Amino acid sequence: MSKLFIAASSLAAALAAAAPAYSQGTIKIGLIMSYSGQFADPAAQMDNAVKLYVKQHGDTVAGKKLEFIRKDTGGIAPPLAKRLAQELVVRDKVDIIAGLVLTPNALAVGDVSAEAKKFTVIMNAATAIITTKSPYMARTSTTLPQLNETFGTWAAKKAGVKKVYTMVSDYGPGHDAEGAFQRGFKEAGGEIVGSVRMPVANPDFSAFVQRAKDINPEAIYVFIPGGTQPSALGRALAERGVDTAKTKIFGMGELTEDEARKTMGDASLGIVTVYHYDHNHQSAMNREFVKAYNAEYNRNPNIYAVGGWDGMHLIYETLKKTKGNTDGDALIAAAKGMKWESPRGPISIDPETRDIVQTVYIRRVEKVGGQLLNVEFDKVENVKDPFKARMKK
Amino acid sequence: MLTSLGGVLFDGFAYGMLLFLLSVGLSVTLGMMNFINLAHGSFGMLGGYVTVTLMDRLGWPFLATLPAAFVAAAALSVVLERLLFRHSYRAGELDQVLLTIGVVFMSVASAAYIWGTVQQPVQLPDYFTGSFTFLGVNFAYYRLFLIGTALVVTLLLVAGLEWTRFGAQVRAAVDNQRMARGLGINVNLAFAITFALGSGLAGLGGSLAIAMVGLDPDFAFAYLVYVLIVVSVGGLASIGGSFAAATVLGISDIAGKYYFPALGSFLIYLVMVGVLMWRPAGLFGKR
Repeated sequence: MSKLFIAASSLAAALAAAAPAYSQGTIKIGLIMSYSGQFADPAAQMDNAVKLYVKQHGDTVAGKKLEFIRKDTGGIAPPLAKRLAQELVVRDKVDIIAGLVLTPNALAVGDVSAEAKKFTVIMNAATAIITTKSPYMARTSTTLPQLNETFGTWAAKKAGVKKVYTMVSDYGPGHDAEGAFQRGFKEAGGEIVGSVRMPVANPDFSAFVQRAKDINPEAIYVFIPGGTQPSALGRALAERGVDTAKTKIFGMGELTEDEARKTMGDASLGIVTVYHYDHNHQSAMNREFVKAYNAEYNRNPNIYAVGGWDGMHLIYETLKKTKGNTDGDALIAAAKGMKWESPRGPISIDPETRDIVQTVYIRRVEKVGGQLLNVEFDKVENVKDPFKARMKK
Repeated sequence: MLTSLGGVLFDGFAYGMLLFLLSVGLSVTLGMMNFINLAHGSFGMLGGYVTVTLMDRLGWPFLATLPAAFVAAAALSVVLERLLFRHSYRAGELDQVLLTIGVVFMSVASAAYIWGTVQQPVQLPDYFTGSFTFLGVNFAYYRLFLIGTALVVTLLLVAGLEWTRFGAQVRAAVDNQRMARGLGINVNLAFAITFALGSGLAGLGGSLAIAMVGLDPDFAFAYLVYVLIVVSVGGLASIGGSFAAATVLGISDIAGKYYFPALGSFLIYLVMVGVLMWRPAGLFGKR
């Protein structure tokens, strides 16, 4: 009964709120992120980029002042995320919901976005189906299949690897990444010689790495969450003497983020990863972005930052297009098909799926001027989310 | 198969020693003083941050930061012990748990405030990276170092608590506080030193662990479960028990992951449940 009541009242309040919010001089944006807990750093990166965007572009769009309301989910907490979204809509009367670092939280917010007809910008959560939960959602990060299926195909066709062993963390995104990589790889003629799913909380990787080494595949594909794990895995790889010249290491970009490379040291040399952004991306716009971000926060931006930056860009540009109209239908219509130049390269919002279309980069860890960097050496342009392309068929 | 068994035993033993170093301090405070100190992980985290800060900012060599981590954690623990913890020595277990878990939350927030939420890079010196192969078994240098350190710590602790005057005073103070006071033992001082020792060991364990498991403000919570498993399986108040428990748990965890990866990290809990059903007070528990 209480659930029904909350849903009904949130809907009613949302409808009531839509009209006055439109006529007032402010636009309220609710940011739902994991500001504390295990995933506090991605949220910090993203929030920094949001602040930097507002600082550079001013807090007034289409003649209206922007107001931000920040809500902390403290980690993976779908019921809390949903309640926070309801509070934002009903009590704070926000016009736009944004942020959303984690998939379970983003999925939970989907219902609220759909019922309250609120334009919602997913700035990170990367499971493919999220944007199907609400017709008012758009995404400015990536999807796991977009990166990993593309990578699988690339590994078989361009890298000429035929036999791969996969090791992924045993949770939703890990399964998605495993499935996507294996699909792309097998469809391009590769063979999976073995696979393992590792516990998400895993302080010591030596057993898994030893097992992979015993099988002696041409390449090992790894997907593990960012944070403490990449360094732990890197340590195990270095210890076991896995030589990237003999056994290729493939992974998603988390594996070779800044802190992980520093911890791994030279053991990270030669690891090939797929990602949609790195602060080492060579473009004038990115150099400027990295410089500004460093000046403000004294560290390099990462994918969470660029997701937040482009999310803000999408919000600003759609509001300009609707002349400040915050109606969910008007905003999502404005977002569809929008194209722009991001620090990561050219990106656009797919008019059919409201998901991001972008260039997928293949990088290798190399030593440049004494520094270990992710150096882009190949790319696949204009990649749409392959999962949703299949859903249509 | 046989060489892989050797590798599994070695890796498992080294992993067990990592768990031992993280938890032996708690075995001291919990066992000796009957004080449930869940903030143990926070002192470990402090040790980790001290090591990282000294190495990264001041360029200290890794080995020199280890004593510093011990001292820093011990010093902070004395302050906290005098200000907070000593008031709840005679309080109920629930009060102690609530107080110390509150300290953990505060330490997590403080670490995020001071060092940021970011994952800290830990670069080991060259002589600790890599490994050598002997009889087909891969021996990683850092794992050997962990095992050596754990053995030295065990010997020093057992010898110190069993055979020194101070050890006898602490044991007397724990067994019968009033009698010990009557005999002129400074119980407050003995407890403060024991607490500092336990926390210092946590700091040392933390700074040794971060090279393997990484460091961010979540550290204080992330390893609390493992630490509590080791202490409860080993039996309270028993250094040898913690050592045995950590060995069993480390080897079974690595063996499980190697031979039955589908079981994943489940095996460590299965072993814990099995041991506690067989001996509810732990392997070497007396109560």
